[in-house]
Amino acid sequence: MANMIQHSLDTRRLLCPLPVIRTQDKVKQLHAGDQLTVVGTDPGIMQDIPTWCRINGHTVLETLSGDREYTIVLQVGE
Amino acid sequence: MTIQRKAVALISGGLDSMLAAKVIMDQGVHVEGINFYTGFCVEGHTHAIKKRDQEKQKRNNSLWVAEQLGIKLHIVDVIEEYKNVLINPKYGYGANMNPCLDCKVFMVTKAKQWMEENAFDFIITGEVIGQRPMSQRKATMPIISQQSGADELLLRPLCAKYLPPTLPEREGWVDREALHDFTGRSRKPQIELAAQFGFDEYAQPAGGCCFLTDESYSKKLVDLWQSRGTKDYELDDVMLLKVGRHIRPKANFKMIVAREDGEGRFMEGYKKMFITLDCTSHGGPLTLLDGSPDAEDLYLAAQIVARYGQGRDAEQVSVSVTLPDGTQEILQVKPLAAADIPPTWLI
Ligand code: SF4
Repeated sequence: MANMIQHSLDTRRLLCPLPVIRTQDKVKQLHAGDQLTVVGTDPGIMQDIPTWCRINGHTVLETLSGDREYTIVLQVGE
Repeated sequence: MTIQRKAVALISGGLDSMLAAKVIMDQGVHVEGINFYTGFCVEGHTHAIKKRDQEKQKRNNSLWVAEQLGIKLHIVDVIEEYKNVLINPKYGYGANMNPCLDCKVFMVTKAKQWMEENAFDFIITGEVIGQRPMSQRKATMPIISQQSGADELLLRPLCAKYLPPTLPEREGWVDREALHDFTGRSRKPQIELAAQFGFDEYAQPAGGCCFLTDESYSKKLVDLWQSRGTKDYELDDVMLLKVGRHIRPKANFKMIVAREDGEGRFMEGYKKMFITLDCTSHGGPLTLLDGSPDAEDLYLAAQIVARYGQGRDAEQVSVSVTLPDGTQEILQVKPLAAADIPPTWLI
């Protein structure tokens, strides 16, 4: 975990499943243990990104619902 | 030691592809799902846009299916490549603007490409002979296999017994006897098989898996192409055809009038791309104007916007007209009467 790197991804204005696709494509470039913060405006990401993480072996560390924005912090699995 | 074979399953989010994947998983094959996003898929968008739907459970059915099955799902953005399928379909359109047969060929072609890149052995789909009038007929099954290049690596577990044995069957990777012989439009065999597997919740898409099977959506798409004089589109066009009331008072411009706050908020994101109209003296819907209107057209558009606002019975309503560069002018107009909006203007 010593080399864990923080990354971020802006999916504002994109509607699902595009935020999931962008997350998936970004995670492909990362390493196990890295953290990715995804910000978006489609409330659907609060359901879809955690589901995508569960089926693909990644962990959701934190979710935040703002007024019009939603944030998910995930950790890349093995 | 026997090699564990790997299959990539086209997962649409509906019951049939879910069952097809499960049938093959139960034979000890490693299955992963693939789902293609064309831009037209009926997933979440309208819920995400419409305010009244925001509280509804929003879920992506293909992800949900993958989770139920316990398989990985790869969602692939094919928006750009799909344009050619929709614009020039070799086998034409269905009842609306749905190029289902070309679409199936395209998706299996893409799945085959993925299969080769990821060292998988074969492809499975949830197709059932006779299920859909255009794309799922006995005659179309070999067309999809051949045109996609997947040939005998394409297995349809739900109707395999009516089709010639594929390579996975002949090689014994799967047991043909344990596959199915579903045909026709009846959903009964699928529902029984779902019960056997213990699936008690699943999505049942009525018309098809995308907006192109929708009559009203298709009309708007045809109108868009006719007005531009070219069969082309961008993702923003696809999105905007899903929202608002579309009105074309004249050939040179179209109005998209928000029907509720959620749509208005979504359309605000397009202010830098379109002329926007908004009632300033009374409450009213945000409206986008697509095309090249002259001053007289803008006046007419403002009268129409006023018609859909709270000042519809007022003598005079102020309507702001904002250009994409932010320049704004206020027009004072008398709202158009309902009878002055002919039904032919509504797309
Ligand atoms: S309904 Fe839409 S996504 Fe489904 S096969 Fe037809 S064109 Fe393709």
